[in-house]
Amino acid sequence: MKLLGMMIVLIVGALLMYASEDMPGWGDPAAPASMHVSPRYIEMSEAETTVPNMVTAVLGDYRGYDTLGETAVIFTAGVCCVLLLRRYRK
Amino acid sequence: MIERVQDVIIETACRFLVPFIQLFALYVVAHGHYSPGGGFQGGCILGASFILICVAYDIEETKRRMTENLNTFYCSLGVIIFAGVGLVCVALGGNYLDYGVLHKIFPVDPAGARSLGILIIEIGVGFTVMAVMISIFLNVASKGKHEDELK
Repeated sequence: MKLLGMMIVLIVGALLMYASEDMPGWGDPAAPASMHVSPRYIEMSEAETTVPNMVTAVLGDYRGYDTLGETAVIFTAGVCCVLLLRRYRK
Repeated sequence: MIERVQDVIIETACRFLVPFIQLFALYVVAHGHYSPGGGFQGGCILGASFILICVAYDIEETKRRMTENLNTFYCSLGVIIFAGVGLVCVALGGNYLDYGVLHKIFPVDPAGARSLGILIIEIGVGFTVMAVMISIFLNVASKGKHEDELK
């Protein structure tokens, strides 16, 4: 069973390494993210949200779902910590 | 367990520091539009102020200022604020978390409504982060038996 798990891990790792060859280079200006998404945020975020801080605009508005998920993750972490550690006096 | 050490210097210094830390935390939350900051960072600082009370005094003093029920309430209040703003946007005819439609109930233009929506969700995030920080610290520091500290 351990051998099987090890083999799965190695195969998946090799596949991921192989797939990462096709990813655009780090900070490549011709990457799709740099071509469409980033210029749009840089040019339009202040006009669309009146927020000078681009990071806040992206975090709170454009990526609102992401931040909602992060908040839910923190909430879940707190609840799990209470569930695991809390000992009520009988 | 955190035993209370009656040290006048430490207790006075922390009692003096805590309001400024909390004011700075509120500043970080409210000023996230213009400078580095926001709900996560501000909530962390706000939680740290209560942890400082816990370190300088003891758990009993912390729970007197922030009771466990209130803390649990804040914990979920933040998520409710965040998700509630999204539902309000849906009710006003927009997409989920599309703050632009908030201009129908607040006296701002659509772009300003987005800024307002971001502020509201940052406040919600701040509530949750603060409460979770305090809750985790109390539970870890007291091995989950911090109600014994309250006589």
